[in-house]
Amino acid sequence: MVMGRSERVVAKKPMKKSAGKDAVTVVVMRLYVAGRAPNSVKAIANLEAICRQHLKDGYKLEIVDVCEHPRRALDDGVLVTPSLAKFSPSPGANIIGNLSDTSSVLAAMGLSTTKQ
Amino acid sequence: MAKSAPRQVLQKSLTGIKGFDEISLGGLPRNRTTLVMGGPGTGKSVFALQSLVGAASKHKQPGIFVAFEENIDAIFANAAAFDWRLPTLARNRLFFMNAQLSPAFVATGDFDLGGMLAMLEAKQLEIGAQWVVFDGIDVLLSLLRTPRAKMREIYRLRDWLTRRELTAIITTKIAEGTSTDVADYGFMQFMVDCVVRFDRRMEQGIPVRRLEISKYRGSSFAPGEFPLSFGPHGMAVASPGATDIAQEATGERVSTGFAGLDEMLGGGLFRGSSTLITGAPGTSKTTLAGLFTERACRRGERALFVSFDEGGERVRRNLKSVGIQLEPHMKSGLLQMYSGRTDSVNPEEHLIRIATLIAEHKPRCMVIDPLSAISRTGALSSARAIGNRLIYKLRDHHITAVITALVDGDDASAETTELQISTIADNWIQLSYLVCGGERNRALTIVKSRGTRHSNQVRELVLSDTGLTLADVYSSGGEVLMGTLRWEKEAEERARAVIRETESGVKRRELQFAEADTSARIAALQLDLERQRAALELNTRNDAARHVTSGEQLTELRRLRGANGNDSVAPKARRRSSARVTRSSGNGHGPERTRRG
Repeated sequence: MVMGRSERVVAKKPMKKSAGKDAVTVVVMRLYVAGRAPNSVKAIANLEAICRQHLKDGYKLEIVDVCEHPRRALDDGVLVTPSLAKFSPSPGANIIGNLSDTSSVLAAMGLSTTKQ
Repeated sequence: MAKSAPRQVLQKSLTGIKGFDEISLGGLPRNRTTLVMGGPGTGKSVFALQSLVGAASKHKQPGIFVAFEENIDAIFANAAAFDWRLPTLARNRLFFMNAQLSPAFVATGDFDLGGMLAMLEAKQLEIGAQWVVFDGIDVLLSLLRTPRAKMREIYRLRDWLTRRELTAIITTKIAEGTSTDVADYGFMQFMVDCVVRFDRRMEQGIPVRRLEISKYRGSSFAPGEFPLSFGPHGMAVASPGATDIAQEATGERVSTGFAGLDEMLGGGLFRGSSTLITGAPGTSKTTLAGLFTERACRRGERALFVSFDEGGERVRRNLKSVGIQLEPHMKSGLLQMYSGRTDSVNPEEHLIRIATLIAEHKPRCMVIDPLSAISRTGALSSARAIGNRLIYKLRDHHITAVITALVDGDDASAETTELQISTIADNWIQLSYLVCGGERNRALTIVKSRGTRHSNQVRELVLSDTGLTLADVYSSGGEVLMGTLRWEKEAEERARAVIRETESGVKRRELQFAEADTSARIAALQLDLERQRAALELNTRNDAARHVTSGEQLTELRRLRGANGNDSVAPKARRRSSARVTRSSGNGHGPERTRRG
């Protein structure tokens, strides 16, 4: 678990398999947290679990600590924390909350079918 | 917090909202939180934004506006109706945060405001913000599912605001009768230092907005609901106290332009008062309004003539025919005329246009001719409300106004059932046709005139090429005489005067005679009196003489009775005593001394 630094790639796995049409599902996400606030800590843990379990193909996650980079968060239009923005694959999605409900997180990201 | 010492004295920050700073006795509590609650469309956001704008533009205090409910673009578009120059302020002192959570947002699990507050804190330090507005906090709170979470975030917000020492306004919608809302906002009301409630009700078909300060910790405030209005500068609260003071401040009289009427009104109209002139068609309402306008312009005052019946040109031409010249004042720019065709525009629209004209032209005197025209469109009740608001607006701007209203028929009480503005107007002049002796004559009555001892009599209004005159009043058996009857009465009066003069001559002579007679009698009596006084004097002297005589006789008798050796003495004594008698005869001691001797 990594905290404190604001922006960094937690994991970046190049795609391994190229069989099937879901071959290029590298998920690009950004999670905004507020320091060590309970919900933010929970959100990071929940998201990492989801990534491990469901995004085996590869994902790119950036974590932004709003307390350290408020200006950037403002520019990105962040309102509440924690909040997760998914950029790719299209369509994008915005999810707010501590991501405790895995299935609804996956559904919102359009990734519910990743795990059969 | 350890801030208790400087917080002892409650400091306030002016909102710049007309009327509100008066009823709140100085504005909102500084560095504290005010909760603004009300239904949709009641003016909460305008109130919050206007306070922010006022602080930024008048007091150079930067601020932050967090918009949960409305899009920033929509807020700017709405604010464009007011002279706030919001885009300029937004570049310099105001920061707007778009905080709508789009419906595309999916909430999974709990969240909080920690991040947002961190962002706002950074922004506050950046621009030096002293004010913050959270507009539509209910939208945000509705995303928090449990009451516990809501309360937690409200506390978080409260603590943050206290720590940051911001003067904050939080607005929230309240849907009346929803129990959960009551619970939430009851808690919020407890938390904040000041609560302002907004309300919007339909009254006579017109939405009437009101506000009420329901709580103000550590300060008194004007209790009750106050009506709101929206003008070119934004929201204004009709604070009765403020306008009353303005009204009281002036005892200045403004001429109506009609000497006879000024006299009847005890010197003219009060500056800033509103005068209603009612009458049937053709009773010279417009002429009176024209006279008032012309006189105002001649004094060099700016005037506005709002005409609902006819175009400005027609009005000027008609008035010219009775000797009222408005054209030169139009050219000089003192007079501005506005003609509104009442059938095409709704009353509300007219009110806004008139308000704009007032703001632009800044008239000191104003005419609306006739106000009753606005009741032609839409519901009478709505026209009524508009009429009232218009009069209050004029009063607020301290404009001396003459408003005419058409009444059907000659019934003076008809107006009271029509627009009902006679109750709020300061003066009410009724023009009517009086049919008497087979003639229709114009009559003028002052029905009321606040703060003035005015003539109660009905007078005849005579219209001629030279203008208007008020004919002298002839009353006979309680009836005012007019037209031919008045002429007859005048002739009769003249004849009577001659008789009266003759009669008094006779009387004078009679009195002179009586006076002379009395003087003569007084002279005779005076003579009598003197004669009687002389007689009395004479009588007194005779008395004294008689006493002396009797004294001498007594001595003589004594001498005759016992004359022994006293003879030599007696003549001497007799001589002496007689001398004494003559000397003291005047003082009445004579007889006594004589006896001793």
